[in-house]
Amino acid sequence: MPSDRILDEALDAAGRAWLADAEARCAADPDAVARLFPAARRACGRGTLPTGRPVAEAARIRLLLALPLRGEELGRAAFDLYRHGDTAERLAVLRGLDPLDHHRALGEAGLPIVRDALRTNDTRLIEAAAGPYAAARLDDDAYRQAVLKCVFVGVPVTSVAGLADRADGELARMAADHARERRAAGRDVPPDVERILRLAGEREF
Amino acid sequence: MRIFDPHIHMTSRTTDDYERMRDAGVRAVVEPAFWLGQPRTSPDTFADYFDSLLGWEPYRASQFGIRHHCTIALNPKEANDPRCRGVLDLLPRYLAKDGVVAVGEVGYDSMTPDEDEAFRAQLEAAKEFGLPALVHTPHRDKVAGTRRSLDVVKESGLPPEHVLIDHLNELTVEMVLESGCWLGFSVYPDTKMDERRMVALLQKYGTDRMVVNSAADWGRSDPLKTAKVGVAMLEAGFGEDDVDRVLWRNPVGFYAQSGRLELSEGEPDAEYAGNTVRRGG
Ligand SMILES: [Zn+2]
Repeated sequence: MPSDRILDEALDAAGRAWLADAEARCAADPDAVARLFPAARRACGRGTLPTGRPVAEAARIRLLLALPLRGEELGRAAFDLYRHGDTAERLAVLRGLDPLDHHRALGEAGLPIVRDALRTNDTRLIEAAAGPYAAARLDDDAYRQAVLKCVFVGVPVTSVAGLADRADGELARMAADHARERRAAGRDVPPDVERILRLAGEREF
Repeated sequence: MRIFDPHIHMTSRTTDDYERMRDAGVRAVVEPAFWLGQPRTSPDTFADYFDSLLGWEPYRASQFGIRHHCTIALNPKEANDPRCRGVLDLLPRYLAKDGVVAVGEVGYDSMTPDEDEAFRAQLEAAKEFGLPALVHTPHRDKVAGTRRSLDVVKESGLPPEHVLIDHLNELTVEMVLESGCWLGFSVYPDTKMDERRMVALLQKYGTDRMVVNSAADWGRSDPLKTAKVGVAMLEAGFGEDDVDRVLWRNPVGFYAQSGRLELSEGEPDAEYAGNTVRRGG
């Protein structure tokens, strides 16, 4: 993993030792992750990586990658951690979907997690759900709904993955309708609507 | 006046309450897991409730610069329903969470054998996870219930400084003082304490280990009662430092024993201002 070194450098000796041991335990017994996943922040500290993401989140993603599971089984294990996770744990699962897809053949088995997060009203979860995994795996309808929800709740569309590739005429129509509705109500139109229209226009024409 | 409300059920309150609490000086709250009025009948609904105490509520609170932590337990009333006993099996998973600063509310409602068993098992869990325990005392037969709670705490071997006995009044304050446990007082219209009586207790027994909460919930209650006690203390001649001790340093001292309390001088979370919480979903 390219991020391995960045995380290792951010951890102190005790944190590195804890993580190595925790990874070994997850690899030996996937059930062990249930207690290790929530403990990661207390063991690895409250710091952040140069990327701006929490050290504990990167450590949790390493635990996911350590599980001796692939595909559907991995999707079920990740959903269980997400379902019983606090917000920080849920964010780690959501941000781990893309590496799990690339390195552990997650396939579409992570989509139930993305759909759940997109149904919430927590902008942090919505933003994390609209990441590269969603851009790669959501079908067109679901992807458009995800983008529109981001606009609606105020998640900047600059943080939505894949928009330049996936903004299409239908998404442009939805964004334009949304803008009309805002204007009819006397409210201002978020600049992100313009951005979507522009991206869709560049792609279509 | 900075206020830490160590016992308030925000799940049952509106977002407007968070706004008013912020304006009144509340910067941190602990929300104990308790009952919701309508009885629950399966561990799954508890899991959703616990998830909300660790997800949605801290998020809602953060919009107003209020830090939100919680305590997790099977409450005494629902411990009597055999359909809810499976909640005890959920606890190890939830007591491992960063936002959980105690096991609670545990204790007695009607002092049944089922309550007894759940109470003792959860004090054991508090020891295992190195967490303090928040003990609810019954509304009916309070004096006997409080004495019996203290006996069970003593038998558990939990150090008294890791235990807060809550909903106390003039008749139960002295036995808890002697026990070495922390003392919680709920200033709650009609059924529990009021500001005037609270000030009188502080005058008589001092401020050491004394903790005041609103216990606001779905009943006729007031999330600003902590602030009102602060004002009543000042009017009665207590100094700013006494108020800060009772309304901030004492509850912080109790819950900090979990090693999980995270307090920053909170400002409303600007990044998310104007989002779905403020606007409604
Ligand atoms: Zn309560």
